[in-house]
Amino acid sequence: MTIKIGIPRGLWVYDYYPLWKTFYEALGAEVILSNPTNKSILDQGVKNTVDEACLPVKIFNGHVLDLKDKVDYIFVPKIMSVYRKEYICPKFCGLPEMVKHSIPDLPPMIDTEINFNRSRKHLMRTVYEFGSYVTTNKKQIKKAYEEALQEYEKFKKQLKQGALPLDGIVKPYVITDSQEQKEIKKSGNAKRIAIMGHSYNLYDTYGSMNLVKKLQDQNIEIITAEMIDYKVINQYAETLEKKMFWSFGRKLLGTAMYLAVEKNVDGIIYLSSFGCGIDSIIEDLFERKIRKEGGIPFLLITVDEHTGEAGVNTRLEAFMDMIDWRKRDEGNLSAHG
Amino acid sequence: MKVTFPHMGNQYVATKILLEELGVDIVVPAECNQEALNIGTQHSPESICLPLKVNIGNYMKGFKEGADTIVLTGSCGPCRFGYYSILQKEILKDMGYDDIKVILLDPPQGDYKNFIDSVTELAQTKNPYKILRALKKAIQILYEVDALEEATHYKRPRQKQKGLVDRYYDQFHKDVRKVYGYKETSRVIEKARQDILNIEEEPNREILKIGIIGEIYTVIEPFVNLNIEKKLGDMGIEVHRSLKISHWLTEHLFLSPLNLTMEGKTRKAAEPYIKTMIGGHARETVGHGVRYAQEGFDGIIQIYPFTCMPEIVAQSILPKVETDYNTPYLCLIVDEMTGEAGFNTRIEAFTDLLQRRKELRHNEKLLSGN
Repeated sequence: MTIKIGIPRGLWVYDYYPLWKTFYEALGAEVILSNPTNKSILDQGVKNTVDEACLPVKIFNGHVLDLKDKVDYIFVPKIMSVYRKEYICPKFCGLPEMVKHSIPDLPPMIDTEINFNRSRKHLMRTVYEFGSYVTTNKKQIKKAYEEALQEYEKFKKQLKQGALPLDGIVKPYVITDSQEQKEIKKSGNAKRIAIMGHSYNLYDTYGSMNLVKKLQDQNIEIITAEMIDYKVINQYAETLEKKMFWSFGRKLLGTAMYLAVEKNVDGIIYLSSFGCGIDSIIEDLFERKIRKEGGIPFLLITVDEHTGEAGVNTRLEAFMDMIDWRKRDEGNLSAHG
Repeated sequence: MKVTFPHMGNQYVATKILLEELGVDIVVPAECNQEALNIGTQHSPESICLPLKVNIGNYMKGFKEGADTIVLTGSCGPCRFGYYSILQKEILKDMGYDDIKVILLDPPQGDYKNFIDSVTELAQTKNPYKILRALKKAIQILYEVDALEEATHYKRPRQKQKGLVDRYYDQFHKDVRKVYGYKETSRVIEKARQDILNIEEEPNREILKIGIIGEIYTVIEPFVNLNIEKKLGDMGIEVHRSLKISHWLTEHLFLSPLNLTMEGKTRKAAEPYIKTMIGGHARETVGHGVRYAQEGFDGIIQIYPFTCMPEIVAQSILPKVETDYNTPYLCLIVDEMTGEAGFNTRIEAFTDLLQRRKELRHNEKLLSGN
């Protein structure tokens, strides 16, 4: 009987799903992804999480519940750090424990620790540990890992080319679309908007109230941090006075500095979730850089389980109108909206 | 150079001694109060945690009295505290304080040169003997004020005449600001401690014991936790506080860079619930909670600032500790919106529950005839 491994469609799934899926499938396991976020998943998550947790964590718990009775294992790795001297977020670090103590009667969890804070020396040991849930054959695990890495590189390349991992899945990027968009851009009508925020906020269509699609429907060209060369982001981030120790934060702040210098977008929308500890600092520094140094219009949208879509729509419309006026009047309007 | 610094409970006494012994000119900011919080709230990002907001208010008080330099400690993640210095600089810049100097004492993390540079800049001397001597005295003072606080925790629920402990304790805070240097300060602390220990006790009072756990700043700073220790003490409850600055400092500045630690027991206690360090004090919070429960405390109270990431993880776990050890647990979250009346109601309800449990247990014993 094949082992069924459930991967909750939340948090890091937007960054790593192809890697994990390929890895476990190459080992012969069946990978089951929870359903895209919907009302019942969110409601279940809210019910089974402490009130103070942020929206993405609540959504994540909802996805765990969605998988609970369908799988042999639930995949909740303890991701502490993916780069040297960097961290993700304290809530990620404690995620397996949080899930375990919030939701009763769960199937066993794959909660192997990923910690590259000091070095990647023990990377293979971590990989074997992940594989050991399916097989003890180290050679096979190594092969599966290599296969997964290839898939992951392909995924990252697609992101860089402009594909968006909506709900965790990348749809192959169609080149003709981009050409069409570029032509519109030339004619001067199309807008180019950078949307910023944690990947699990941006690409969860339900949690983000379909922000990406809403912009796409208006023929707006979208830039995300994933599309910018990570080396460039790092170069900018390195000029920060103190090392930014959150990986998500480093990516976002580096992008802010890049955009402030390049000024190659008409506006920036930052999507944050209420109570996000990292964003309380990153968003603030981001906004300061963009407004002061970049002079680029900036909109902050903060969502949680109480946010109404109509309010978000209104704010988006107003923001887009403002950009239109600004473009028409050749930027004579204040960047502060 | 005139140096000021943010408040955190009684830490100010030690910082004052450290700088005075080094001969640095200092301004001790006024105690945390509503005004400081209002200033901070007005100028800080909305969703940042409470300590940063209060810090900003503290600085303003310091600047008003002529300070031109701030000294603060830091960390290197994953808790937000590690980026306080950068954000605070930006906030101060926006408030028009462009020329304020910030001296940051980050844990060395192997980079001792930077750390030592900051220390010598602050100390205005390169003489390591002089610096170490001052540091030793400051740490000595930390242990002394922590002992003084412990005396208040012990005496408050037992004092015959209510309010006496606070009379001596408040007087101490007034006196300590007036004296200069280690010797005098140490004398003032010891006098206050003796006065408090000598207060007459009411022998027949039933004393409940509550352990306080949570995020270090909110646990230690009485203004932001709405004086919870005093409140509980006045209700006849002996408070045990899990975190003390003296321990924190020894741990973070000296032991953990050398990969040593005093917190072994606490970590072990936390292990069944949370295995790794996740930033802040989440593991210690859980660990101390378990230890209090094992030691037979009547209840546990967790306090943390709204949106504190590590503490939310701990909060998700603590109900499990509560059922496993059958020890009631209360979680209190504070921010600038916290209303004192609601806070009091919850504490009263909790202590009533503990009282009732204790009575029930006594009665059962009587009935069973053992």
